[in-house]
Amino acid sequence: MSAIGAIIGRELRLSLRQGGDLLTLLVLFIGIGVLVPLAVGPDRALLARIAPGIIWIAALLAQLLIHDRLFRADHEDGSLLAFRHAGLPLEAIVGAKLVAHWITGGLPVIIAAPLMGVMLGLEPMTALAAVGVLVIGTPALTALVAISAAITVGLRRGGLVAPVLILPLTLPVLIFGTGALSASAMAAQGQAVLLLGALSLVSVAMAPFAAAAALKISGE
Amino acid sequence: MDPSTGYRPVSLSAPRVSCVRGGRVVFEDVDLSVPPGSALVLRGPNGAGKSSALLTLAGLVGEKDKKIEWVGADPETEPRTLIHLVGHRSAVQDTLTVRENLVFWTRVLEGRQERVADALAASGLARLADAPCAILSAGQTRRLALARLVAVPRPVWLLDEPTSALDDAGARWVRELVLGHLARGGLAVAATHIPLGIEEDDARVRVLDLGGETLL
Repeated sequence: MSAIGAIIGRELRLSLRQGGDLLTLLVLFIGIGVLVPLAVGPDRALLARIAPGIIWIAALLAQLLIHDRLFRADHEDGSLLAFRHAGLPLEAIVGAKLVAHWITGGLPVIIAAPLMGVMLGLEPMTALAAVGVLVIGTPALTALVAISAAITVGLRRGGLVAPVLILPLTLPVLIFGTGALSASAMAAQGQAVLLLGALSLVSVAMAPFAAAAALKISGE
Repeated sequence: MDPSTGYRPVSLSAPRVSCVRGGRVVFEDVDLSVPPGSALVLRGPNGAGKSSALLTLAGLVGEKDKKIEWVGADPETEPRTLIHLVGHRSAVQDTLTVRENLVFWTRVLEGRQERVADALAASGLARLADAPCAILSAGQTRRLALARLVAVPRPVWLLDEPTSALDDAGARWVRELVLGHLARGGLAVAATHIPLGIEEDDARVRVLDLGGETLL
């Protein structure tokens, strides 16, 4: 298990030392929260109604913005080849990288979400509920984005192809994530949270295997 | 398991290896077998398949017919954990320090932490241990990659141009490293067009020219 800790520790250290990534992520996320009211107009009721959707789209865009750093640096400097000779199987290494990636790419967005919610005119309680829903749903986004990052790692311009690949798969996450936050029907909210949790569990369970398989193929 | 080295010597049985990459046959029916305590030096012009041969032996490309066997290995161990592959790219992260890099790879490759200091000293990087790898020269980066061979003992070394970018002292260090490895019962396969200095003086070394027939 020392190896798992070593990988998570390395990823966190790399991300902290390249602090610019974190700043870009937060500026993009909050920036969307600033732009939407300007673009849509100062209609509080309308903003509050579309706020959950905006938060989820901003969270997805933030994940897409940073997905390239998940495997590309390791591919380019040869670490991926060296990982193939580790004591752990590649699947476990990818799993550890996913955990670290969620901490550095998902957690900041989750912490910033209440601020974003208030900017969009959500009730304070709903804005806080967004934290819980994002905690349940963002692992699915991280996992899906990781699969596309692994598939496109060998492509020079992979950063542009990945969103096209992965957007259809993120639709259910967006639908249930938004449903879990919208005020329309209380009963449906609970079901949406459960489905969101199920989506996260399934994608997190599958992503290490799918991403590792894609990385093995791109290594040939 | 030999307590002084930490591994059981293995031999490589690969009498008829073929390699196909991207639908093109790189080489066919080449004998890449190496007994323990011996080395195979692959030579040949650019594109002859030296690197492909190493990747094939490492199990990373092609070769689905199981013609590569590691004889004498513990059946419980995965073949991948017998092998060190040092390729063109050094697997060194610029933002980590020299020591952090080596400690990381020692943990991931499941070596022992107490060997890290020895490996740093052997590679001549002890003085730079706390410097970020971004300031290392190409040769120093290569030394750091090779330091993993010292930090994590494994019976099989696959080395791709191990002396590229190294100065004379570095090349001598690699030569001693490989000879010491052979003396401990390890085996090595090196792809190089710069002579390693081990080819001519040793009965344990076989030279194979992938561009044509066996030279020695």
